[in-house]
Amino acid sequence: MSRLAEFIFRRRGRNGWHWTDIFTWVWLIGGLFIMFGPAVWLVGSSFKSPAALAEFPPSIMPYVTQKATIEGYDKPLDLYEVTMPDGSKKVLAEVRRIGIVSQMVSPEKPTEIVKVKIAERTPVRTMSFATSNYSEPFTHFDFVRYLWNSVFVTVTATLITLIVNSMAAFALSKYEFRGRTFAMLLILATLMVPLSVIMVPLYSIVSALGLFNNLWGVILPTVATPTGVFILRQYMLTIPDELIDAARMDKASEWQIYWRIILPLTAPALAVLAIFSVVWRWNDFLWPLIVLSRKELYTLQVGLSIYSGELNVQWHFILAMTVVTMIPVVLVFIFLQRFITTGIAGTGLK
Amino acid sequence: MKADVPKGSGSGLGETAMVPVRLAMAAIDAPLRFVQRRLGIGGMATFFLLPNMLIFGIFVLLPFFINFAYSMTGGTALFLPDRSFVGGDQYARLFDCANYADPNSCAEDTFWTAVGNTAWFVVLQVTLMILFSLVTALILNRDLMARSFWRAVFFFPVLLSPVVVGLIWKWILQRQGLLNFGLYGLGFEPYTWLNDRNWSFAATVGVSIWAHMGFYTLILLAGLQAIPKDLYEAAEMDGTRPARAFWRITLPLLMPNLLVVIVLVLIRAVQIFDEVYVLTGGGPGTSTLYITQYIYETGFATQLRNPGLAAAASILMGGVLVVLTLVQLGLGRKGEKKGARK
Repeated sequence: MSRLAEFIFRRRGRNGWHWTDIFTWVWLIGGLFIMFGPAVWLVGSSFKSPAALAEFPPSIMPYVTQKATIEGYDKPLDLYEVTMPDGSKKVLAEVRRIGIVSQMVSPEKPTEIVKVKIAERTPVRTMSFATSNYSEPFTHFDFVRYLWNSVFVTVTATLITLIVNSMAAFALSKYEFRGRTFAMLLILATLMVPLSVIMVPLYSIVSALGLFNNLWGVILPTVATPTGVFILRQYMLTIPDELIDAARMDKASEWQIYWRIILPLTAPALAVLAIFSVVWRWNDFLWPLIVLSRKELYTLQVGLSIYSGELNVQWHFILAMTVVTMIPVVLVFIFLQRFITTGIAGTGLK
Repeated sequence: MKADVPKGSGSGLGETAMVPVRLAMAAIDAPLRFVQRRLGIGGMATFFLLPNMLIFGIFVLLPFFINFAYSMTGGTALFLPDRSFVGGDQYARLFDCANYADPNSCAEDTFWTAVGNTAWFVVLQVTLMILFSLVTALILNRDLMARSFWRAVFFFPVLLSPVVVGLIWKWILQRQGLLNFGLYGLGFEPYTWLNDRNWSFAATVGVSIWAHMGFYTLILLAGLQAIPKDLYEAAEMDGTRPARAFWRITLPLLMPNLLVVIVLVLIRAVQIFDEVYVLTGGGPGTSTLYITQYIYETGFATQLRNPGLAAAASILMGGVLVVLTLVQLGLGRKGEKKGARK
């Protein structure tokens, strides 16, 4: 441990390279590979054909074996480069394989069969991106539906979250009334009641309201988030009360005060909450899994998990769809990371 | 007064898109003025609070209380009035054990398997998570080139959905996966890691650390950066050895953050579900079956579903979480006081 402490205080380049400097860079570079590597591998794999995916050892880039249509054969045949007994190399097409011997034909002379040991041939391969992995699920599966369901849930839940929580935060920060502290404590206390604890009775309530197998059943239980009320209220407390008093003098209604003064001034906090809400709702899994049992209602996350749990996993589609599912979150990460990191460092919410 | 109200910032397009919203808000204003005349200004607070409280009440508080009633009923009926009262039978069933260390001796053996697995998972995952995120935070707190880039590197997986995380690693750990590819290069035979009881358990620990470590690193880094630099300068001038400075300055001043992080990691680890469900599905066998999956399957997924039993188990888990949260709130308050004194 004392060594650990030592390295914290060593500065690079004081007395050349200290071991802690090396450790730092090993850790950082290692972290770079471990954190990004899996995602990069996923994206690379998602462009491979099913045959290339089943191959071991896998290739880094997506390759396919070249095929050629040859007179006298219905299907296109795989092309191989063969080392002939005289040492020359020739490109032949494989008709069939029996044990370790492959029967091949030359594209120029389709009638003459040549027998070649499989050790003496290598497939002719070219790099090719299997974009059908991406295009086919849109037509073959309900993928468009899942995408739409996810977008609908995310956008609607976020809008309702912003409105409902900002109204509550306004009441809790700018009005004096009996039970205010109680309401605040009640909201904070619900932090202690995560979904996994109340899912059984919540399911019965959602069913009783007729929201089982309904996207609203996914949306409504999530919108009144205590963290949302909390960060908005903290922010609204910093807005001076004089602004509100002045507006009242000018005969503004309370609703106008909320809508035209408080909300615009709370914009930074609303933005943070909106970003968090989008990521939360887009990533939600357990609750949609419980509420949605009809295929056409699945969100992306539920659809992906169901398809990946099947006996014959169609990995080429799953990988491509996983990449699509990642896209919005990666965009948030690239463009809005600053808001999120300051949000977490400031309040510890996630 | 009008001039004081800031106009919504944004492009012309955004302004146009806001027009219907503005009109709608103006349209609501008239009826709300009527409400305001009836309730008075103070009464409007109730109006603003109402939607939130309604949703809270229906979807959080009501289920919370119903859960207790639910756990004292039996049968497979969904709605509480249709269910038969069984008193403490469900709890008795959960605790019906000849030997608590051996799940096979229990009436509800999967419950105890899940509890045991979760306990091991929590111990391992929390220890390693704290270790990794602390080391990463200390490294990121150094005088680094491109620090925000490196911070982003470790933070990146935090935003990924658990399903995506599960699938990424399922793909890497499978037989033709990247891990076997790497080991093959070193001369090892390919192995199906997720079919092995111990390796799949290790995988759930490792993957959950991979996915969440950036989040805790960030909190710890914020704590490290709040430590005044002049403390270290003074220590250096006094000839304090760096190791001593770490134990005497860094660790004590980081302690409030560290404690909060420990409790947060604990709370999340107890509830682990999503990534594991996608990665291993609780298997092979029951080797990665954790408590939330037990509740989910008992309550919803199996043929012989028993919502009452699931409710009882969820209340037990809730009890553990409440204790942990209270500890966290207590620690948070302590941390705040410390900050204020500074």
